[in-house]
Amino acid sequence: MIQPLRIQGTDDTPTVILDPNPDSPRFEISGRSLPEDVVAFYEPILEWLDDYAKNPLPKTIFDFKLEYFNTASSKLLLDILLKLEDMYDDGHDVLVRWHYPEDDEDMQEAGEEYADIVEVPFEQVPYKID
Amino acid sequence: MSQVLKNNHSALEFVYEFYLKMKKSKISLAYEGEITHQITKAFTALAESSMQREQDYTTVQKKVFHVMVECLQNVSKHAERDFNYYSSKDGRGIFLISKDEKEYNITTGNIIRNDKVESLRELLEKINSMTKEELTKLYKQQIREGRLSPKGGAGLGFIDIARKTGQKLIYSFLRIDDENSFFVLTSTIPRVKT
Repeated sequence: MIQPLRIQGTDDTPTVILDPNPDSPRFEISGRSLPEDVVAFYEPILEWLDDYAKNPLPKTIFDFKLEYFNTASSKLLLDILLKLEDMYDDGHDVLVRWHYPEDDEDMQEAGEEYADIVEVPFEQVPYKID
Repeated sequence: MSQVLKNNHSALEFVYEFYLKMKKSKISLAYEGEITHQITKAFTALAESSMQREQDYTTVQKKVFHVMVECLQNVSKHAERDFNYYSSKDGRGIFLISKDEKEYNITTGNIIRNDKVESLRELLEKINSMTKEELTKLYKQQIREGRLSPKGGAGLGFIDIARKTGQKLIYSFLRIDDENSFFVLTSTIPRVKT
C-alpha cells in the first residue's frame, strides 16, 4: 500500500489528506488555495493519485471542502478531478463530494461546473457555518 | 521626487495634496511597486479585516477577496518588467481600492508592451459583450482547453472577475511611447446582498 500524503494547510495553501488506509480511508482537500507556485504545490498530489490509481481501494470517496481558490488553482483542481474520472473510467468506484457553505453561491456554482465538465459521480453537499 | 519631500514646504504641499486626492476619491488603499505573493497576502488580509469591521455581507467580502487576488496576480504575472529595478521576478504597478456606501472599486495600473494592447483590448471587449451564461461557457471551455502558462496563469482571471462581479470591466490604455502603454483596469463590486 502506498504511504498516505498529508499536507498541513496555511493561509494560502489547502490542507490535503490522502490516506488509503482500508479501515479509515480519507481523501480530502480543504481550506484556501492560492499558492505562490500552484504547479509546485499540486504536483505531488497529482503524482500521488497516479500511484494510487494503479491499485485503488474498492471505493474512493474524494471530498473537496474549499473556502476559496484562485483561478490558477481551479485548473489544477480540474486536473485532480480528471484523474478521478480516469479511475472511474477504468471501472473503479469513485464518488466526488463537493462541500460548500450553504450561502456561498459562487462555490456552489463552481462545483456544478466541475460536475458538468468531468464524467464522474458527483455530489453537492451544502454545510452551515457558525 | 525625494527632493520634493526633503523640503519642508514642498513636502507639506505634496503630501497634503496627495492626502486630499485620496480622500476625494475615497481611496482606502494605494500602493505602487512590485506585486509579490507577500503583498497579495498582506493586502487581502487587510481588506478582509476592514470588511469584517464594517460588517459587509459575506458574499461581498468573498467577491472582493476574489477580485483582489486575480487583479494583483494579473499585474504580478503580466506587467512589463521595469528594468530600472533589478529585482524583477514580479511585475510592478499601481493598486488602488476605493469604496463608498454603494460599492468597492479595485483598480490596477501597469505598463504593457504596445504589441499586446490589441489582443488584450479584444479579450476585454469580448468579455464585456457576454451574458452570464456565455461567460460560464467560456470559462468551462478555457479551463478545459487552456494550458497553464509558465508563470502559472490559467487565462481565466478576467472571465472570473466579470462573472463574480456581474459588472462590466472598466479599462483603458494610454500610449506612453513607441514601445509601451499604460493599462488601467477597474472592477466594481456592489455592496449588496446577492
